[in-house]
Amino acid sequence: MHGRPRRPAKPEDEEAASAKAAKLRDLQAQVLHNHHARTYTKEAIGLSFKLLEINPEAYTAWNYRKLAFQHNVKELSDPEAIKSAVDDELRVVEVALRQNPKSYGAWYHRKWLLNQKLAPVDFKREFGLLDKLLKVDARNFHGWNYRRFLSRFMGVPDEEELKYTMDKISENFSNYSAWHNRSILLSNLLIQQSKGFESKQKIFSEEFELVTQALFTDPSDQSGWFYHLWLLAQTSSPDNPQLIASWPSNAAKLTSSLMKEKVEQHTLSSIWSRTVPIVLYFNEPVKGLNQSSVNLKSDLEFSKDIQWRPLTMADSGYSNCWAAYLQISNECSSLQEYSVEVNIPCSDDIVSRSGSNYNSPVHFTFDIELISNDTAQGLDLFDKPVAWNCSESFQSHGNRDPIPVDLLKITSALVEQDSNWHFERLSEEIDLFRELPDDNSKFGKLTLARLLLACAAIKSRGRSLIERKGYCEEALGLFTDLIHLDPSHKQCYEDERSLVLMDKLTCDMETFMKHCSVQVQPNSAPLNHVQLCRLSLTRIGFAERLLWVQMLDLSHNSLRSVEGLEALQHLVFLNISNNQISSFTALEPLTKIISLKVLDLSFNKIGAHSIDTTRYICSSPFSHKIEASEAFEEYQKVNINVEEYWDAILFFRSLKLAQLDIKGNEIASKENFRTLVVTLIPCLKWFDGEDVN
Amino acid sequence: MAEAPAHDYPTIEPTSFDVVICGTGLPESVLAAACAAAGKTVLHVDPNPFYGSLYSSVPLPSFLSPDPSSVPLSPSGDDSHTVVDLHRRNIYSEVETSGVAPEPSRRFTVDLVGPRVLYCADEAVDLLLRSGGSHHVEFKSVEGRSLLYWEGQLYPVPDSRQAIFLDAATLKLTEKTVLFRFFELVRAHIAAADEDVEGEEASDKISEEDLDLPFVEYLKKQQLPPKMRAVVLYAIAMADYDQDTDCCEKLLTTREGIQTIALYSSSIGRFANAQRAFIYPMYGHGELTQAFCRCAAVKGALYVLRMPISALLMDEERKNCLGARLTSGQDILCQQLILDPSYKVPILDAPSDGSDSNLLRKVARGICIISKSVKQDSSNLLIVFPPKSLEEQQIAAIRGLQLSSNLAVCPPGMFMVYLSTPCADTSTGKQCIKKAIDALFAPQASDSLEGHLKETSENNEDLKPTVIWSCVYVQEITELFTDICPNEEFLPKKSAAVYADDDSDSAE
Repeated sequence: MHGRPRRPAKPEDEEAASAKAAKLRDLQAQVLHNHHARTYTKEAIGLSFKLLEINPEAYTAWNYRKLAFQHNVKELSDPEAIKSAVDDELRVVEVALRQNPKSYGAWYHRKWLLNQKLAPVDFKREFGLLDKLLKVDARNFHGWNYRRFLSRFMGVPDEEELKYTMDKISENFSNYSAWHNRSILLSNLLIQQSKGFESKQKIFSEEFELVTQALFTDPSDQSGWFYHLWLLAQTSSPDNPQLIASWPSNAAKLTSSLMKEKVEQHTLSSIWSRTVPIVLYFNEPVKGLNQSSVNLKSDLEFSKDIQWRPLTMADSGYSNCWAAYLQISNECSSLQEYSVEVNIPCSDDIVSRSGSNYNSPVHFTFDIELISNDTAQGLDLFDKPVAWNCSESFQSHGNRDPIPVDLLKITSALVEQDSNWHFERLSEEIDLFRELPDDNSKFGKLTLARLLLACAAIKSRGRSLIERKGYCEEALGLFTDLIHLDPSHKQCYEDERSLVLMDKLTCDMETFMKHCSVQVQPNSAPLNHVQLCRLSLTRIGFAERLLWVQMLDLSHNSLRSVEGLEALQHLVFLNISNNQISSFTALEPLTKIISLKVLDLSFNKIGAHSIDTTRYICSSPFSHKIEASEAFEEYQKVNINVEEYWDAILFFRSLKLAQLDIKGNEIASKENFRTLVVTLIPCLKWFDGEDVN
Repeated sequence: MAEAPAHDYPTIEPTSFDVVICGTGLPESVLAAACAAAGKTVLHVDPNPFYGSLYSSVPLPSFLSPDPSSVPLSPSGDDSHTVVDLHRRNIYSEVETSGVAPEPSRRFTVDLVGPRVLYCADEAVDLLLRSGGSHHVEFKSVEGRSLLYWEGQLYPVPDSRQAIFLDAATLKLTEKTVLFRFFELVRAHIAAADEDVEGEEASDKISEEDLDLPFVEYLKKQQLPPKMRAVVLYAIAMADYDQDTDCCEKLLTTREGIQTIALYSSSIGRFANAQRAFIYPMYGHGELTQAFCRCAAVKGALYVLRMPISALLMDEERKNCLGARLTSGQDILCQQLILDPSYKVPILDAPSDGSDSNLLRKVARGICIISKSVKQDSSNLLIVFPPKSLEEQQIAAIRGLQLSSNLAVCPPGMFMVYLSTPCADTSTGKQCIKKAIDALFAPQASDSLEGHLKETSENNEDLKPTVIWSCVYVQEITELFTDICPNEEFLPKKSAAVYADDDSDSAE
């Protein structure tokens, strides 16, 4: 129940409590004994009832009753007798629910009983029970769960259930469960295209209107805001997944050397040797990319066995970002330009989480020029440690790299014509929330910011870019307000703010170019360099616009995570010094970047906390596959403290770094940490500016 | 007492009582119940053949042609007392009717003091429960949402969180926020005030400074737009007089306003079967006075109807009242004499006439019979016309109440609508009521045939209901009334167990 203050316990209460506990212990022991002895007599079952009457949470007692019921019902043949046995069990559940209306065990027992389908279900009684329960507490989510179960069981039309949610909302709109059920029912009805639910636009317009009534009545009530968030998500994102970026981009020209793998181990540049990664970036997580759903055609000979892999930390199989590696076969030796054609037709294989399939076919081509071994710089790039020379600007270097420009062109070409309705709807909502008289409503501000960003996402092309920046600008202000207004959710707002900031800085070429440059490293071709320093970024966003970046400087921000960087399959140099990274597990996305050679982690917070909980959030030794544990055994043999450094081991063993800076972290000051790293990365040449050898 | 009266007046035994009360209006009836309960001997007489005096509910025909209240003056009896003759005034006057009352007109019951409802949490309701009067009367909920007349249209009054939420048609979104925020403020204040009596300044409380502010100023401070101010002031805090003028006398303070809102909000949900704040007694308001009279009778009070008092018996200095002479000629001695406001006491009239002549002591009332509810799907509901909403000269709010047949005051399919407004003089008062009637209803069709009416109303659901019968009249709330029974307010506060000795002096 909600809004009831707790009273401190009185001494006499405690006495009663201990007496109750003794009784419970006694009952529990007897029930367990009967359970083990498989005693299913009437008396024994009666004892379990007594226990459940006092404590409906005794799950074992429920299970015991299930076994007893199954055992005893077998011997019955008369349908009447079976019905009365079922009714008895149902009554036990009712008694338990009277004691605790939110008892998981009791609710489950009831569902289990009905699912046995031993006797006809008295739906009138079931719905009557529910009505009573939801009258006492309209927000009892168990009741709502059971209602969904019943209506499915009985085949109640969704339309009727939708009406019921409206009744409950009319009684009291502060009801998460009712709103939630509404969202489920509406989704079903829209998918089924039931009568009266053919037009998503009409339905959502009405829903927006309904929920704004609640939001404006009491902006401090959260339930409506959550429903609004769901509506917004339904409105702002396209129905079907779309490809929003790729690398190589359309009409890009690449060069690839024909050098042998081991020779060019440390020779890195924009030049790829026989391996060309192809990265596809979608607007929402999808699965099902494979050789048949993505067609590659070329006069270039390459290995036909192409594996599309999701670039993500999650194991769900869904990812925004997918990569495949084009292996140029050894027979291919003539130095000439080859063109590669990528074709993604409408496909039922490629589906989003919501189950909608990919239906905006995309076609693009790029060229690969094969160059001989001699033209590539054969010298060792890591002759000296690489310095992060921030002063060299893009403008000073005459040679403009065409890649980023092309990339954006592709992005815009790929995005579908924006739906006018979406934009109009969102604009209306924005106008509304700008007028919300409650200036200090955090939900009001947050929702307005999200609306603005949804609008910004639609305005991604040409002339509308100015508008997009306007939306971003306003959203940034709102998040800054929110950080002060609601300090307990500061980090969340900072993350959101970082995303907007990244959007603002990268959405148009003019602004973006201020952060781009071409770095000339000795012994290397020019590198595409992007610098996003001192921006208070806490997380990475819009990685799809950075797919071409080879050198990325994110130093002096407040990054807590580097999620998103895994998409940058071109990245060779990464500087995340002076950030707030607190564990190696937070750096796990970097292990997906096979080209990464230089990593600056200095002055972060790795190892700063003796008990680092974030260490366990992303992954743990237990979540890793067998290879990991085999690796652990191996390292144990060379006297590495696996228990202490398991996350460092998992991180470094997957990297092929030539240069690592990690000074200024707690962990770096630990004894034998350097030895550990050197052991884990055999190819490492420079450690904190010192030659490893 | 020698001569036999023309009427067959009964002779009353004994001839001496602790208290004699004349008139069975609500205050008198409550007093009678209280005195009887306190063990006093009570004689309760009424000149009318029905209970309730000013507060009675009478069948429509009796309302239109009242009993001639001729008071045959009895000859003087023995002269041991100074006799002061009494005059009576009519309990209502200046009746103007139009239309023909539908038959059977006896099935229409008319409240003389309509519109009148009770807050569920009102002290009067507590009094009814405490005195046992509740056994003799049954209430029904005024279940429809109140309506506010604003800029030529009727709007439902948003009086709760859910009501604000559900009213998508007439409330602007921003109005919702401001209004609910105000309600929350008041709710928090009431809760905080309930919690700590010690006077510790809780942050949730509205500051003392604000509490002393005129309520309308406070509402402005809370950024309520004019329409929302009207909702709060006239439909929830029940202010009578225009709060936007400078005449401070009639201005509600925030404290008073919030008190009424507290009463309003505690009324909602007090009784399980009353959905909203107000209840109405079945068979009309007259039932209420009868309920108290029955309580008094149960405790031994003696009741005689059709028995006017013709004169006061005073001592020689004309200072103390010793008793009353009934129309039957019988003299009754008593310690306390209480007269209802329909009596004019010559010796009291003189001083009170001069002072406070600017105070409004007249109430204009209107009664209409219609066959279609003012608002679809609602049977019993309140209507408020804020000051100036009908015309510039409208100085006070006009209140309306629609009652349906479920209260047994009219036949099924019919509705009674009561209207009232305090007024300075008869003609402006009646004018206001007529304006309100015009605003609510379509004018009577000249050939007002039932069949024709039905046809048109079926054709268009949005059509205003048509008045079948209406009447407008005026009642005087006299100074005498306030002198003898210092005004209604004190009565509900009186515990039934306390003998109302101090407040209810008879003539000095």
